[in-house]
Amino acid sequence: MSGSSINLGAFRIKGAGRLTPARTARFTFDGKSYTAMEGDSVASALLAHGVHLLGRSFKYHRPRGILSAGPEEPNALIDVSRDAARRQPNVRATVQEVFDGAKIASQNRWPSLKYDVGAFNDLLSPFFAAGFYYKTFMWPKAAWHKLYEPFIRRAAGLGVAPTEEDPDHYASRYAHCDVLIAGAGVAGLTAALSAASTGASVFLVDEQPEVGGALHADSATTIDGQNGYDWAQGVAAKLKAMPNVTVLTRTTVFGYYNHGFLGLVERVTDHIARPGRDMPRERLWQVRAKKVILATGAIERHMVFANNDRPGIMLASAARTFLNHHGVAVGKRVGVYTAHDSAYEAAFDLKRAGVSIAAIVDCRKEPGEALLAEARALGISVLAGHSVTDTNGRLRISSMTVVMNGGFNVRKIPVDALIVSAGWTPSVHLFSQSRGKLRFDEQNQRFLPDIYAQDCVSVGACNGTDDLAELIDEAITAGGGSIAVSGENRFEWTGGMIGAAEGAGPDKVVKAFVDFQHDVTAKDIRLAVREGMHSIEHIKRFTTNGMASDQGKLSNMHGLAIAAEVLNRPIPQVGLTTFRAPYTPVTYGTLVGHSRGPLFDPARKTPMHDLELAEGAEFEDVGNWKRAWYYPKRGEDMAAAVNRECRTVREVAGVFNGSTLGKIEVVGPDAAKFLNLLYTNAWDTLKPGKSRYGIMTREDGFVYDDGVVGRLAENRFHVTTTTGGAPRVLHHMEDYLQTEFPDLKVWLTSTTEQWAVIVVQGPKAREIIRPFVEGVDLSNEAFPHMSVADCAVMGVPSRLFRVSFTGELGYEVNVPADYGPAVWKAIWERAKDMGGCLYGTETMHVLRAEKGYIIVGQDTDGTVTPDDAGLGWAVSSKKPDFVGIRGLKRPDLVREGRKQLVGLVTRNPNVVLEEGGQIVSDPNQPKPMKMLGHVTSAYWSENCGRSIALALVAGGRSRIGETLYVPLKDRTIEVEVTDMVFFDKEGGRIHG
Amino acid sequence: MLLIHCPYCEEDRSELEFRWAGEAHIARPENIAAISDEEFAEYFFLRNNEKGLTYERWRHIHGCGRFFNAARDTVSDKFLATYKAGMPKQPVPQTGASEKTVETYEATEGDAR
Amino acid sequence: MVEMATRTLPLSGFHGGSSAVRIEAAPPAGRISLRARAEDVAALSGALGLDLPVKPKTSVSGSGRTALWLGPDEWLVVGDLNGGLMQAAANAGVLHSATDVSHRNTAILVSGPGAAAAINAGCPQDLSLKAFPVGACARTIFGKVEIVLLRTAEEAFRVEVWRSFSDYAFGLLAEGARDAAFSL
Repeated sequence: MSGSSINLGAFRIKGAGRLTPARTARFTFDGKSYTAMEGDSVASALLAHGVHLLGRSFKYHRPRGILSAGPEEPNALIDVSRDAARRQPNVRATVQEVFDGAKIASQNRWPSLKYDVGAFNDLLSPFFAAGFYYKTFMWPKAAWHKLYEPFIRRAAGLGVAPTEEDPDHYASRYAHCDVLIAGAGVAGLTAALSAASTGASVFLVDEQPEVGGALHADSATTIDGQNGYDWAQGVAAKLKAMPNVTVLTRTTVFGYYNHGFLGLVERVTDHIARPGRDMPRERLWQVRAKKVILATGAIERHMVFANNDRPGIMLASAARTFLNHHGVAVGKRVGVYTAHDSAYEAAFDLKRAGVSIAAIVDCRKEPGEALLAEARALGISVLAGHSVTDTNGRLRISSMTVVMNGGFNVRKIPVDALIVSAGWTPSVHLFSQSRGKLRFDEQNQRFLPDIYAQDCVSVGACNGTDDLAELIDEAITAGGGSIAVSGENRFEWTGGMIGAAEGAGPDKVVKAFVDFQHDVTAKDIRLAVREGMHSIEHIKRFTTNGMASDQGKLSNMHGLAIAAEVLNRPIPQVGLTTFRAPYTPVTYGTLVGHSRGPLFDPARKTPMHDLELAEGAEFEDVGNWKRAWYYPKRGEDMAAAVNRECRTVREVAGVFNGSTLGKIEVVGPDAAKFLNLLYTNAWDTLKPGKSRYGIMTREDGFVYDDGVVGRLAENRFHVTTTTGGAPRVLHHMEDYLQTEFPDLKVWLTSTTEQWAVIVVQGPKAREIIRPFVEGVDLSNEAFPHMSVADCAVMGVPSRLFRVSFTGELGYEVNVPADYGPAVWKAIWERAKDMGGCLYGTETMHVLRAEKGYIIVGQDTDGTVTPDDAGLGWAVSSKKPDFVGIRGLKRPDLVREGRKQLVGLVTRNPNVVLEEGGQIVSDPNQPKPMKMLGHVTSAYWSENCGRSIALALVAGGRSRIGETLYVPLKDRTIEVEVTDMVFFDKEGGRIHG
Repeated sequence: MLLIHCPYCEEDRSELEFRWAGEAHIARPENIAAISDEEFAEYFFLRNNEKGLTYERWRHIHGCGRFFNAARDTVSDKFLATYKAGMPKQPVPQTGASEKTVETYEATEGDAR
Repeated sequence: MVEMATRTLPLSGFHGGSSAVRIEAAPPAGRISLRARAEDVAALSGALGLDLPVKPKTSVSGSGRTALWLGPDEWLVVGDLNGGLMQAAANAGVLHSATDVSHRNTAILVSGPGAAAAINAGCPQDLSLKAFPVGACARTIFGKVEIVLLRTAEEAFRVEVWRSFSDYAFGLLAEGARDAAFSL
């Protein structure tokens, strides 16, 4: 003991519990400072100081305390913070460990926890009955946005989300194992010992800070001759030392998915006062287990009776945990209300620790003789066949009203805490998530695993195995080993009930809570049934029973039983809602993991990215690529920069980075044959050293991709695709090659990133590149438009294309990517000296539009045929087959009046159309107007001195010269239909 | 997340390495240019989308790159067989296909025996 | 005569890791994507001076080169910078496809007791020595990018990745390395 000056709380019992008094931590709750012991939960620490009031309920703002000692807690939700950014709402006080300096705050109260204005709702509760949202907010419609939605938004939710970015980081890990065991109580530990003894790789996972499970609460179990809890810690140490075993505590198996895949969240730093900077706050484990052993235990249920929600009322097992593990008494004079034996052992432990037990009220007529004998021996009075029908006390229970079953002998017994037990619900959540089917155990009123959907086995309490020796045998068998473990406990537990107890009616007045977090009462469930909800799914949604963050761990069975009673149907026929992941709430941070900031999505940069940046480029995202968009000079806005770039390319030359263009090397003796099948064009006629613009259609005949294809040699083609299309085009080609044309001798390799592509376009392009290129005669005669050659560029083996997407004389210099920066720099320096410019994707778009070159995906949308796009010439009429040949003949694809790509010029040359603008023939027609098509591309063309546009227009090519209209919100733009070429209609410049 | 046996890699791998590629055993007609509109519709547009046992194509796109075929029960999500592209439809034990009687998603809720 | 172009390597200047993992960029290498049918494997093996592996998930090293099985008709062959891989394959005189991908890929070397854990930050494969022994290789996924993974020693891996994804791969490996220092 570190001195009497430290106040560990008036309810801390000397000599009780397993925490070390020497290690303490200071924390504040609503601003008031408290001292806890290391290993305390916020709940146990506050209880030690006699604090039971922790929050206000969701709907009625009723004072609420601590109901449980574990993750099933529905009431004691708190806000935990280290600093302004590291703050988390809705944390369960029973799970959060105290750390030095923790700032804890209560939630859902104003102005303070003790005087909460919202408690007015409790008086209005007749208006907040089940389904009240659906009924109240129906009408009038206009009130929804102004009144109802803001009200609901303000009222909904318990905590307040932090507004600052989360400064913590979160880790992710994939792992594999032979056996994953969920839960490290007696069953889980035994199964782990058994499995580990076979040499299997084992993951043993438990959500609590230490192993032991229900042994946390226990005082009377002996295993292998040791106190149960001590045995558990010894086993954990032994397992941790084995190389084939991974023991993860503070780790929740939150999801059990397909094919042995499980999601685990490990809380790494939430209990540490000053975690290291590099430590992740939480770690997501994605584990693939060959076999899963579920040892998830059971959760004690509360009793459903009037005013069963006052602070000071809690589960018997919780009181026992606080006593035996944390050394904290939950009151000085404790009442017990139970339908199950477990509460007796809690009462016995409390009594032995010096706490006065007001009475054990047991709604059963004949509790077991052994328990009664022990109660007598300890001087505890037992009222069998009695019920607690009400409680009193404003912020904490002050008395319980006890009635003999049948309504006689009413008395008020003063208490400062009331511990309850309606029996235990096996935790079948993970089993249910694994798509296993449950059966109803009529005798014990519980659902148990029945048919397994995966390689999985349930052991122990979650399997309904209550007897300790049986449980141990079951766990050893599940683990597959042959080990011996012997266990002994003092009492065999029996009993339990589900549904409403005495004093949960009449419905007009009584609030007997079923679901604490959502304030769902027994009467709400009865009302739901009366109003026609006969399926448990409808009842759940109408009442919101089980829909809170605790997912009905305490409430589902009670709700089901009440519904079954009103429906007068057996429970299995009413059915149980399916449990879904996550088992307990998981932070977004954990799910996001490393995928934040630069790791959110890969930012693909070309080899020349840094040089572009240094030249002042603005970038745009194209797929994952960062592409130089335009290069503003000092004082230029985007329009000015693009106009200058457009002019300079046509007057002198421009240098452009084309590296992102998709590239596929097609190699093999059947390469041409394969391309014949994948493109609409014919490729066998293309000679080595030449290239051709190709169109790829899908089987339905619509344009899928386009690009220039160069034939490097008889059996080697260099295919280019759109930047965004590269992966799907390769996938599409592989699909046909592997599955439709597997006999073709040809292979495909992505070479997009092998080559850096420096594009030089403009009248001076040849002059610019000439000094760098060896091994090819660049003259117009020897190397005309649409030529390709292997050569050396600055001494490096390269591929040179003479090709143009601007309508100018142009080259695309392909150099191995590592050489890209050096070559780009050299070419650009020479271009600059000659008056050229760098240009980006925006200028590229304008220049190609001036020439009427399409961009697949901008001017086409997946419903455009080559002919619609004005590219009918690219469809070979001689080939017997190609992908799309049949689709192109479909009646709708050959009919008159299809939308065709045409040019548009505005009457007022200074007006630039909006892409996406709809086109009509008569702007004065009544709405809805008949749309003829839409604008696909629209730019200011500096070279044409006017705006230009491309558009898909019904019967477009037959409308050339017609006047059409683009109606916008505030004006209507008059346009004339033209052909698609706005600049150099004769096309002479490209051959310059 | 599914665990898929790649018949080329001869190993179970995570679904993350794979891409689904539609119904299997639909051969592209050899005389595709000559088939009728109805035949083309049948080949290209119409799919059975059967509940229960389905034959489908997958590609081990982030693995060996191969397309292959799989027989999967869409109710249980169990793979009953995977086999190389080009092999005929593989028979699978019918015991695997399950729950034909379940008609709606809702009906699988609250399904306790 | 213009000056000879110089190389700029991806990941130059990148360094990272933790007490459990060392991460570094591999020096540049020669690489080909090799495709061939089963009947031509022997001739290509002879020409390359190593036995092209035909068993999934395996690699073979020889003559200063390493051939990684990527698919039933696909290998990634990695060799010296000036290893003449294209020419060597051509010398086999049998039907095949060899494509130079020396610059398409770059490689990251990951080593140390936490190397597997660091890679498992984003890779769903079982990297236990039993499932992924020394010499094992596979094309797989790492976070949001595709990689080719080769185990070069019990505690060492080579991660081949397309160059534009290498920043991302390096960054995620660094995150994995940081975490591996806390939990192996």
